[in-house]
Amino acid sequence: MTALTPPATVAPTAERGPGADHGKRRRSPGRRRSTPLTIAMLAALAYFLLPLLWLLIASTKSTQDLFNSFGLWFSHAPQLLTNLADTFTQDDGVFVRWLLNTVVYAGVSAVGAALLAAAGGYGFSKFRFRGDRTAFNLVLGAVMVPTTALAIPTYLLFAKAGLVNTPWAIILPSLVNPFGLYLMRVYAEDAVPDSILEAARIDGAGEARIFFRIVLRLLGPGLVTVLLFTLVATWNNYFLPLIMLNDPDLYPVTVGLSSWAAQAQNGGSGASSDMLALVVTGSLISVVPLVVAFLLLQRYWQSGLASGGVKQ
Amino acid sequence: MVLFLLLFLAPLGYAAYLSLFQERLIGGTAFVGLDNYTQALTDPQFLHGVGRVALFFVIQVPLMLLLALLFALALDSGLLRLAAVIRLGIFVPYAVPSVVASLMWGYLYGPDFGPFAQIARKMSLPVPDFLSDGWMLGSLANIVTWEFVGYNMIILYAALRTIPTELYEAASMDGAGAWRTAWSIKIPALRPALLLTLLFSVIGSFQLFNEPKLLMSIAPDVISSSYTANLYAYTLAFTGQQVNYAATVSFLLGLVIVIASYAVLLTANRRRTP
Repeated sequence: MTALTPPATVAPTAERGPGADHGKRRRSPGRRRSTPLTIAMLAALAYFLLPLLWLLIASTKSTQDLFNSFGLWFSHAPQLLTNLADTFTQDDGVFVRWLLNTVVYAGVSAVGAALLAAAGGYGFSKFRFRGDRTAFNLVLGAVMVPTTALAIPTYLLFAKAGLVNTPWAIILPSLVNPFGLYLMRVYAEDAVPDSILEAARIDGAGEARIFFRIVLRLLGPGLVTVLLFTLVATWNNYFLPLIMLNDPDLYPVTVGLSSWAAQAQNGGSGASSDMLALVVTGSLISVVPLVVAFLLLQRYWQSGLASGGVKQ
Repeated sequence: MVLFLLLFLAPLGYAAYLSLFQERLIGGTAFVGLDNYTQALTDPQFLHGVGRVALFFVIQVPLMLLLALLFALALDSGLLRLAAVIRLGIFVPYAVPSVVASLMWGYLYGPDFGPFAQIARKMSLPVPDFLSDGWMLGSLANIVTWEFVGYNMIILYAALRTIPTELYEAASMDGAGAWRTAWSIKIPALRPALLLTLLFSVIGSFQLFNEPKLLMSIAPDVISSSYTANLYAYTLAFTGQQVNYAATVSFLLGLVIVIASYAVLLTANRRRTP
């Protein structure tokens, strides 16, 4: 591989460099705040939080109360702990299995996809090789072809390869993230100065070493962005596991919950009359980890997005 | 790159290959050329599915992007109190699985026990049946909007934050107010980001699946197994066992999306150079 990249464009980069957007633009001090606008936005916020508030309240209710009490307020007999316990013990604790499966699928996919996207994006931004234009355009085109339309052909292909009904069927398709690659390319152009690469090469570092020891560190925020968005995509994925898996022990939470929901719907009263409370509580449990991840990592993913969302 | 080829081009190629065959009761699988395509292109179920998502796209996407744009501009204007809380609050639904979102809204829509119906009944107003035939597409649009406004808003907001400050200073020196700045500087600068969100929305709406699939169980009379094109492909492959025809439908759907995406790109580019 040869490195024939024009020197990084420093001047226009300074303004939009990675991580530079936080606290970068000083609001002119003493600028007045608008109360009507704040109130309008708080009203909008209420719309977005209302269903989640409902979920929180509903998870404290028994199935009967879900139907009998007012939807947006607590019932007389809150029983969150009972619901939690029931959710975790129903069907010999299958929900815990689903959670673990989800964590494994989403975790492996996210780390793998982020690394691959970083390697690819870095490669595209810093190396010139034969057909790189064509290859990159192919990737951009791939952003347009939806994963869901690919899912059924992928299923048919995996069925031939004997991969259906294994964790690989979920992880492998999630590893390829054309948008992540595009984001990382844009990001690497700004974040990795050629001078560092040259210095490292002169010091005798191999390309692999350069990538893992230097480049990955510089790509931090971009990496977190791709990681987080792949994590969400895989965590929340429903279609792919729905068609790939038919063993309940392999289900992720989404498919598991929808199978419980179907049970609650069909069962009506009788044996599965408590199912609805479990579906609601399970939903709450499945939402919490991602929300926490986003809150904790918001500084990183927002600056990562900032550099990717601009250039096209 | 190898993985990309393996996981991306291979299914595409395989789908194209499969779509040329047909399973017959007698004689096994036979090569039928483009027969599946002529069948699909005259199949009312497939066409209705595509038509329905196209309608969904035309109504839901502009609404969602306009909202996202308004929110992003409001956040960026610096006029808001509690901006950080509002921004994250609007974004949070994106982290909620669409399965959970559909289940939640499905319950909230409920004509007997949903809170909207409860409130309406208390005030002796007519109870809107969100799950009826006339309302369903709107109800689905509401769920999708709820899920993705925040995501689009964040992309636009991130793009807004990278506009150089000098532009604003120049504008305010020329006497431009907040609205004028937003219209003349911010929105033009957002064009690439808007295009990106628009492309994602094209892709998202044409492959609509999760929400209708989940609401199907509470409104089976309204949502048929071919309600959207993607749902139809799923039904064909897994209920109808018509693998080859399902491959055809998937392939065609992918083609529709690529064409729609290019149409969006082309119109955007043409407008850029008048």
